[in-house]
Amino acid sequence: MDDMEGEGTIKKFLYLNRKAPYGTVYALESLEVVLIGAAFDQDVSLAFVDDGVYQIRKNHNTKVDSGIGMKDFSKTYRVLEDYDVEKLYVEKESMEERGLTKDDLIVPVEIMDRAQMAALMAEQDVVLSF
Amino acid sequence: MAIEVNGKSIETDEEGYLVNLADWSEEAAKILAAQDKDASDNPFELTNNHWEVIHFLREYYDEYQIAPAVRVLTKAIGKKLGKEKGNSKYLYELFPYGPAKQACRFAGLPKPTGCI
Repeated sequence: MDDMEGEGTIKKFLYLNRKAPYGTVYALESLEVVLIGAAFDQDVSLAFVDDGVYQIRKNHNTKVDSGIGMKDFSKTYRVLEDYDVEKLYVEKESMEERGLTKDDLIVPVEIMDRAQMAALMAEQDVVLSF
Repeated sequence: MAIEVNGKSIETDEEGYLVNLADWSEEAAKILAAQDKDASDNPFELTNNHWEVIHFLREYYDEYQIAPAVRVLTKAIGKKLGKEKGNSKYLYELFPYGPAKQACRFAGLPKPTGCI
């Protein structure tokens, strides 16, 4: 798999999620691109930074009376594994600034500090920021 | 567009998918299925094997809020209903227009993400 060339080349893609889940369409769009892109068998990682960490926080309340009134798509992050997207990273500083711990998250993730996150970005072929 | 179920009009989009998930019933599924033709050009009828997949899809949607891609559906069906059902041959025989696309429509779900 690693020695494939030309059309079969596998690139390292990082989807960088930095925005709150609701209020803008970035988070949902990013997730949909990841799910669609999963068909192409690339080396995919997802990173959650800044308010992006809220995307994978448990217990979203999106009911109409919450003022959001849309589908709670946080449950959908749990299918990523079925789509063979297994590398999820969260920035430690972003979590701490928001008082969150690993237990607050809906999916298992690897926690990285800011320097490690920068290194992760540096080793990618493509970084898509949402 | 709309379909008529037990005297009640239910809204569908231009591709025949239900607009509101909550409008679904087994009766609605039968009517949605009958809009398609089977291999002998008769209205499509749902057998127990079809219902098994339809109910599986609805449970999947309830849990994850999406309709799975065919590849993922195949794998998940295999896990839940057994290997002999978790393959695309079986699923395409049941749903000749595509297991994700056609079965999701009968199940009252939106078109699967990534389905063109």
